[in-house]
Amino acid sequence: MFNYNFRWNQALNSLPQMLEGALVTIEIALLSMLIGIAVAILLTVFRLSGNRILSAIATTWVEIARNTPALFQIYMVHFGLGGFGIHLSPFLSLLIGIAFNNAGYLAENFRGALKAIPDTQARAARSLGMSAGKAFRHVVMPQMLRISFLPMTNQMVWAILMTSLGAVVAMNTDLYGVTSELNARTFRTFELFAIAAVIFYVITKAITLSARVLAARLFRY
Amino acid sequence: MFDTALNANDLIFLAKGAGMTLVVTAISVFFGTVLGIVFGVFRYQVGPWWAAPLTFVLDVFRSIPLLIQLVLANAFVTTVLGIRISGFTVACGVLSLYTAAYCAEIVRGGIESVPLTLRRAARSLGLSWRQDMTNIVMPLATRVALPSWIGLALGVMKDSALVYIVQVVELLKSTQILITRLQEPLFLLMVCGAFYFLISFPIARFGGYLEKRWSHD
Amino acid sequence: MIEIQNVRKSFGSLEVLKGIDLTVAKGEVLTIIGGSGSGKSTLLTCINGLEPIDSGKILVDGTEVHAKATDLNKLRQKIGIVFQQWNAFPHLTVLENVMLAPRKVLGIPKARAEEIAVKQLTHVGLADKLGVYPTRMSGGQQQRMAIARALAMSPDYMLFDEVTSALDPQLVGEVLDTLRMLASEGMTMICVTHEMKFAREVSDRVAFFHKGVMAEIAPPAELFGAPKDPELQKFLAATH
Repeated sequence: MFNYNFRWNQALNSLPQMLEGALVTIEIALLSMLIGIAVAILLTVFRLSGNRILSAIATTWVEIARNTPALFQIYMVHFGLGGFGIHLSPFLSLLIGIAFNNAGYLAENFRGALKAIPDTQARAARSLGMSAGKAFRHVVMPQMLRISFLPMTNQMVWAILMTSLGAVVAMNTDLYGVTSELNARTFRTFELFAIAAVIFYVITKAITLSARVLAARLFRY
Repeated sequence: MFDTALNANDLIFLAKGAGMTLVVTAISVFFGTVLGIVFGVFRYQVGPWWAAPLTFVLDVFRSIPLLIQLVLANAFVTTVLGIRISGFTVACGVLSLYTAAYCAEIVRGGIESVPLTLRRAARSLGLSWRQDMTNIVMPLATRVALPSWIGLALGVMKDSALVYIVQVVELLKSTQILITRLQEPLFLLMVCGAFYFLISFPIARFGGYLEKRWSHD
Repeated sequence: MIEIQNVRKSFGSLEVLKGIDLTVAKGEVLTIIGGSGSGKSTLLTCINGLEPIDSGKILVDGTEVHAKATDLNKLRQKIGIVFQQWNAFPHLTVLENVMLAPRKVLGIPKARAEEIAVKQLTHVGLADKLGVYPTRMSGGQQQRMAIARALAMSPDYMLFDEVTSALDPQLVGEVLDTLRMLASEGMTMICVTHEMKFAREVSDRVAFFHKGVMAEIAPPAELFGAPKDPELQKFLAATH
């Protein structure tokens, strides 16, 4: 049945390179999450500010991020900006594209989380003399982040999977990119990508499990 | 208005790409949903222990990039099995299974949201398991599951952009081909983005509306 | 001194405060009684600026609460308020709950803030709960923590909005005892309450609110012993 000679050895020799690629993948995902969370908090503050322009900016960002493909967003960053004469490296385009996407989804998660926090919390904080900003920073935001912890974990997993989209901007140092290049040279498509798949699986499982452990530690109440 | 080198043939080319996106999405969502319902009901009935192998396989589909799933499936069928198959078939096959994996979770969640007390009442009235399922569980489960399912379907439409990797020329790929030729990246990308947005946004809003309406009952 | 001058307030088309005139002197304990919807709780939230008023003035030590130029955050440092729902901050321990405002609003360094917090928590009888998360305590304990939290800011005035109404009957006593203690220490207090016995024992004056109007105000012996207002008579008859 199989007229195919599996050459696992050849593929496994490339494992060190692929693992290096995996590190880059994790790096991009992590950075994109940090940026994404920071921007999402900013967008949340925009929406809470009551200022119509800021609210509109936040809503536009969120709706574009959630209603267009992530691939399109990465394209936009790389080729769209290219049309303006701004040429970013594949790494940056991928990072910014994923971060843009993250920010949109996370802002929406935060919005849902805020609904679960009674506004009596903010009232109590204001009654103690805290300004709106301090009340948000010390009372509302910590609770918002705790409630959003699981969605944030899911988004991190998404970010890892999204790094494979670097293919369209010729990204060749992340796990997918490395695998792709190896494939172009050796044509061991099945073996190479199968190994890459396993590595991705291990990474995503590790993230979900450590998130569970972290949650148990942090949220003792 | 827009000073562009875009001509009628190009527009037709883009339209074909858009059509391909919609066709791939529709087929995958259809088969994925049917399979998802089967898997979801099965997992619910059989319980976590017995369903563990299925759960594991479905989980794998959600833990590996879709791009890799497409490449692997293609490589497996064409080179390992040696079967000649179109990229389109691979794309639809993979996306259907991918959809089914997510759909199974949604279905299971929907079924579990139906209070056991309701079902016991139905069975006490003499309804069979199947009647209980069709008349009590499914309608209620659908209410809970529908908003999530809409989100999933829209997600599949967005993920369909990835099938370029198996040589299916959908909208984003068509746009990219035109960009390479016409060198008008911004304008073409706007048009492309507008297509996705104009389909996704209203449907997503509708899903949100349904969710709100049904959560008040 | 808190001066309330001809204050009117509506929620949409519903007028909840119909021209309230009231002065509370330093060191006085004023209790406000009345049926629900009579405007009592609304008045409290107007005093610390959480709610705006439609007309009239509220002055705290000469500062007009609702004037545009007034720094509400600063004003609220002088006025402590405890609500019916204690609104404990669930992500902080009891000690951290009480320390938060002194540190972040008053800028008091951590060690000193901790001292203050421990002092107030001991004051209300929660010295053994410092490292506990509020959700693990009873309603009565959480309410006492809320009182300590407000006291930690060293306010000049304390407002209590039906602070025992949401508690199980057996927990009401401990909170009332705390209020009694504060009154005996000379704190200026305005308490909205349903607890008549408490009102009788602790207040310098009692005010009866009915449908947005302050129908009668007098020392407790007079108000409970010889009520003049017909609505008040009905109210007292119904609640005894």
